[in-house]
Amino acid sequence: MHQKTLVELSADLHKGRCSSVELTRACLDRISKYDGELNSFVTVVEQQALAAAQAADARIKAGTAGPLTGIPFAHKDIFCTLGVKTSCGSKMLDNFIAPYDATVTRKLLEAGAVMVGKTNMDEFAMGSSNETSFYGAVKNPWDAATVPGGSSGGSAAAVAARLVPASTGTDTGGSIRQPAALCGITGIKPTYGRVSRYGMIAFASSLDQGGAFTRTAEDAAVMLGAMAGFDPHDSTSVDRPVDDYTGGLNTPLQGLKIGLPKEYFGEGLDAGVAAAIEASLDEYRKLGATLVDISLPNTHLSVPAYYVVAPAECSSNLSRFDGVRFGYRASEPKDLEDLYTRSRGEGFGDEVKRRILVGTYALSAGYYDAYYLQAQKVRRLIRDDFLSAFGQVDVIMGPTAPSVAFRLGEKADDPVSMYLSDTYTIAVNLAGLPAMSIPAGFSGGLPVGLHVVGNYFEEARLLNVGHQLQQATDWHTHSPQGF
Amino acid sequence: MSLDAAEIKKIAHLARLGINADDIPEYSRNLSDILAFVEQLNAVDTAGVEPLAHPLEATQRLRPDAVSETDNRDNFQKVAPETESGLYLVPQVIE
Repeated sequence: MHQKTLVELSADLHKGRCSSVELTRACLDRISKYDGELNSFVTVVEQQALAAAQAADARIKAGTAGPLTGIPFAHKDIFCTLGVKTSCGSKMLDNFIAPYDATVTRKLLEAGAVMVGKTNMDEFAMGSSNETSFYGAVKNPWDAATVPGGSSGGSAAAVAARLVPASTGTDTGGSIRQPAALCGITGIKPTYGRVSRYGMIAFASSLDQGGAFTRTAEDAAVMLGAMAGFDPHDSTSVDRPVDDYTGGLNTPLQGLKIGLPKEYFGEGLDAGVAAAIEASLDEYRKLGATLVDISLPNTHLSVPAYYVVAPAECSSNLSRFDGVRFGYRASEPKDLEDLYTRSRGEGFGDEVKRRILVGTYALSAGYYDAYYLQAQKVRRLIRDDFLSAFGQVDVIMGPTAPSVAFRLGEKADDPVSMYLSDTYTIAVNLAGLPAMSIPAGFSGGLPVGLHVVGNYFEEARLLNVGHQLQQATDWHTHSPQGF
Repeated sequence: MSLDAAEIKKIAHLARLGINADDIPEYSRNLSDILAFVEQLNAVDTAGVEPLAHPLEATQRLRPDAVSETDNRDNFQKVAPETESGLYLVPQVIE
């Protein structure tokens, strides 16, 4: 059962070949069997999941079910879940039982999806390896000595290990696409504003966007269809109808123009990754697409711009954690300042502190113009590069990450080297564009991800482009040994 | 750009963030590396370029000035470290 895709499982449920209770029980059993080693879950909600599965089975019988009804999923621990611990991977929120549901949570539950638990993640989504979590590192199911990527490492590992057919993630600089690539699965980050941020714990508000992990593009279309949509509770949510993501999956790619930025294939790209990407591009050629060489000349500025904008917004957003209204509070504070300083000092981990310090510095008197304002100007240059590229091509492709999964601990002491592992994904967040990573083969036995970037609100096209590759190749069906 | 221990302490104070004295040299090194890395932004000619605050350049939506929330105080205060009579408790501020 665990090798089936979400769409196959949905058909089984609707045809009465299995029940949601059986399916949910099977996922819970796999979690208890494998997750001790993987560490992809922070919380498993067995009783709640089985109750939801029973309700889903009733809905299926009553004929009021949709494609997600009865499908188990894992939820990144950044989304608030009413009555369930929502830790954001931090000691700061280790004791936080969310008093409300995030909009994404509510929409998935209303669609009848069954939440089996909350997944491990880099603390406050700050990291590219899932090593900054208060709950310990997550292992990559393909090789337990390597990282699953981050920040949504638990969500990616859980889908890759076939513990669940789907999971949620968030992506501020690559936190869905990079772990999807490193774990050999499909991950989509929609256009900024497409999925509500209400109840999604904020890291960098102008970059954060929710999305999904699945094994196939077709499954991702179903997940995203349920998650997307306007939400008056999120002031940056875009009021525009959600496209039909599944309807166009089979559109032929004849005539599709694929842009290949020369900046994504240069120095720093691992040769094995490059070879796998070239092979996938050949498949697209066979499917009738035209490959066009393009340039995104400001690409080299995206990581530096990001590491001003993201920490600046993080330092502002994380000021809410003060030990007064929720979260960790230091014991026996001697005065108010001591309460703030020690609650934050004891509640936050190293990487979070580093980013708060960088952001505080970048926003402080005398430095705001030099850092934050300049970064926001460069951000426009980066966005304009994409706009001009989309005048010539329909989608942009390249590698999702410069290498396959790196070893646990390898980059943990060198923040700048860790930041560079997000080189190809970060510009997309600065521009607010939709993008996905799809399995594109292997290098040295570890998965490679193909990065596909679309123009604003062209999620349906991305999913179509991904689905067509998955009709021509079987990379997405490979599963890690031992699971 | 390199940050010395005094500057690290000042930034930590601005952020009301407790850091261990032993960790200051490492923060100083890490932060200096990060700032050196982002320094390349200053070499870019951005004369006449408007800062981009929102990727889609959307502006803040307005809604009618009407009450839309119900009273959730008890619910929200359940997760607070210390409350009394509906108030959040902090150490004494005024002597």
